Amino acid sequence: MEDINDVHNLDMAGNSKQYIVVCLGAEQYGIDIKYVDNIVRNQRITRVPKAQHYFKGVINLRGEIIPVMSLRLKFGLAPDEFTNATRIIIIKLETQSAIGIIVDEVKEVVTLAGNSIDKATTSDPSDPLVQYLSGVGKHNDGLISLLNISAVIMGREGKDVV
Amino acid sequence: MDVSQYLEIFIDETKEHLQTLSDQLMILEQEPENMDTINEIFRAAHSLKGMAGTMGYKRMQRLTHDMENVFQEIRSGNMTVKPELVDVLFRGLDALEGYLANILESADEGTEDNEEIINTLNGIADAATGKVKEEPKKPAEEAPKQSGGAKYSNIHLSEYDINTFEKAKEQNENIFGVTVYLQETCILKVARAFLVFKALEELGEVIKSVPDIQDIEDEKFDLDFSLVYFTKEDMEKVKAAIENVSEVREVVIGPFNFEDTSEQKEEAKPESVKESEPKNDTKPAPVKKPAAAQAAAKPAAAKPAAAKKQSKPAVGRTVRVDIEKLDVLMNLVSELIIAKNGLVSINSTDDTKSDAAFNEQIEYLESVTTNLHESVMKVRMVPIESVVSRFPRMIRDLSKKLGKKMELHMTGEETELDRTVIDEIGDPLQHLLRNSADHGLESNDERIALGKEEVGNIYLDAYQDGNNVNIEVRDDGAGINIEKVKNKAIEKGTLTAEQAEHMTDKEIIDLLFRPSFSTAEKITDVSGRGVGLDVVKTKIEGLGGNIECKTALGEGSSFIIRLPLTLAIIQALMVELGPEKYAIPLGSIETIEDVLVSDIKSVQTKEVINLRGTVIPLIRLDQILDIEAGSGDTDILTVVIVKKGDKLAGLVVDNLIGQQEIVIKSIGSYINCSKMIGGATILGDGEIALILEVNALV
Repeated sequence: MEDINDVHNLDMAGNSKQYIVVCLGAEQYGIDIKYVDNIVRNQRITRVPKAQHYFKGVINLRGEIIPVMSLRLKFGLAPDEFTNATRIIIIKLETQSAIGIIVDEVKEVVTLAGNSIDKATTSDPSDPLVQYLSGVGKHNDGLISLLNISAVIMGREGKDVV
Repeated sequence: MDVSQYLEIFIDETKEHLQTLSDQLMILEQEPENMDTINEIFRAAHSLKGMAGTMGYKRMQRLTHDMENVFQEIRSGNMTVKPELVDVLFRGLDALEGYLANILESADEGTEDNEEIINTLNGIADAATGKVKEEPKKPAEEAPKQSGGAKYSNIHLSEYDINTFEKAKEQNENIFGVTVYLQETCILKVARAFLVFKALEELGEVIKSVPDIQDIEDEKFDLDFSLVYFTKEDMEKVKAAIENVSEVREVVIGPFNFEDTSEQKEEAKPESVKESEPKNDTKPAPVKKPAAAQAAAKPAAAKPAAAKKQSKPAVGRTVRVDIEKLDVLMNLVSELIIAKNGLVSINSTDDTKSDAAFNEQIEYLESVTTNLHESVMKVRMVPIESVVSRFPRMIRDLSKKLGKKMELHMTGEETELDRTVIDEIGDPLQHLLRNSADHGLESNDERIALGKEEVGNIYLDAYQDGNNVNIEVRDDGAGINIEKVKNKAIEKGTLTAEQAEHMTDKEIIDLLFRPSFSTAEKITDVSGRGVGLDVVKTKIEGLGGNIECKTALGEGSSFIIRLPLTLAIIQALMVELGPEKYAIPLGSIETIEDVLVSDIKSVQTKEVINLRGTVIPLIRLDQILDIEAGSGDTDILTVVIVKKGDKLAGLVVDNLIGQQEIVIKSIGSYINCSKMIGGATILGDGEIALILEVNALV
């Protein structure tokens, strides 16, 4: 995770923002680094009965109990397969308590300038994924779907609103 | 002057004084002649006035000033307490509470002048005292019955004091030594001393007192206290001022000769006022004071103080602590307990390591953490008094508003509960009391017709019961009419007539706790809006407690609230369900039973067991918690019998792990977790176990 350490040396000026790039299957997603509190390896997850289907349960992070959500299940993808690369990203929104999201892999940290970010494509508004995206970033010929992390966590569909 | 740093203290103390005022006014209403009460009120109003003035709250100061004035008149016998006056005083109290509420919100008292209350107050005072006012004060009674001696001559002075004295002498001020003896029957010695000081301070300056002012405030003195006093007035006037304070037995006053006292000579003889002339020796005293004499003087002054201490237990020393700091402390203690549990589990799983010394240390650690936990918990405990003390006033107001005579009887105000519970319990209790006053008690006429005593009784009892605290709100009114509730439920469509037929009385009463269910036939200002018992119930259950109602038609009803003593750390039984571990709070467990599968009966498609004559429904935890089926079928089930109120249920578990002290942690608000899960806890090995909420299961 050397990449993350480098982050602090990068230029924070201008419109550019830093994103942690994670993988779900073949697709790359970016998470605004200012919301990321911590990245931990896969841990023993305790199931919570009757929770929303995309909550895998809770983990113990240094004495704190943190709920963990599967990004795959939230996005309607195939269930997670836990491997050595699987990570739980601990997200902390300003006033909320921490929450973990499970991703297949954490790749790198990138800095995206404002002009290299496009609005999320609205060609298919019925795609449930669109509401979770804040834009699409271009980086090294690849595309990164930038997550609107508060929408992911709070859920926009009526029944998911906590 | 920047006083913002004192704001918190001001608010705390104001609350205390307002509470005193409220309590004492209640007493005053019953016993208008009670001098102690009148004095107490006077003192509270006076302190409030002083504090408000210091903080710059002019309106508040003015109102308290006028309240104080009225009591000044009552104290001096110029007027008597009438019911109208008490009403106005109560309104004044409400107005003061209004100011305080404003101050709490914005550090500003607001702009309400409460002119009307002030005018009414002054009107009453003037009407009662207008004529009497001009009458000359009774000359103070002279002729001391027995001279107790001028103890003031024993007052020891420091060099600094002596310097002050010399300056005073140069300014031609008189220096007197005063010893005041209070009557032996005097109950509020502090109040008397306070009034003496107040009277003296109007005429001059108190330089020193024995015992010192702090001790006097704490009532650490017998019946006398001595002081050194500067004034431009003459001795007679000072004496008269002190004797004006009631319950003062004797005042001994004389010129104070600091040279003598510094050498502890017997020359400063007790001088009764009548014969002693001020010795006008104005020559400045030479500052010479052998250190040895000083040292010798000290024990002499200290001795009476020490003797006095024995006669009166020292007042507990306290410090105000921010509740957040306590929470941090509590969290740390929790972490410590988790770490300790970790050690215990390592020790029990790994046999090779467990030697005697290690075990011993772990046991020691265990006892330390348990004690530490208990101490921290105790720090957070607050007597329930702080919540219930406002209720007598509320019932008084309700009584007037509803036109019913009623009385509130409270017991167990000293019962202690966790601070967080105390903060939340006020509203539910208030609601239940209002209910009792409004719906529970019949009108006075009805009561007489029924042969009951005219005045309705409401009881509020708090007491500890094992690991719980019970609070009972009871009335001797009409009780709940079960038929009426039943009909109402059918009318509202909550039940069909057929369902209602099969329900027990208890189940019918439970309907009252459903949302939007009020049996009051008319909506009054007091209650009956249909938001009620369900809110009470939600709140109580949110605190980990439960509520139960018992009623007897014509005899009254009682609501019993059960609350856990502590919220953060509990004893729990750990159980296994398939691969998962759960904690069941020990407080709700009755017994643990082995039940033969063949003994399970079926009633209305529900599984029940018959345990020593009681039919208990079985709850298959693995089914309601969606746990993959455990280890096949067995002949014997392990059943944990839990209780909620007097309802029992049997929880079927796979395995018992054992009893453990657990720290309750919240799961957070993201997961829509069902009500069955009351939280989570971290086990010694870092694993998480969920805590089952028995209240929601049963």
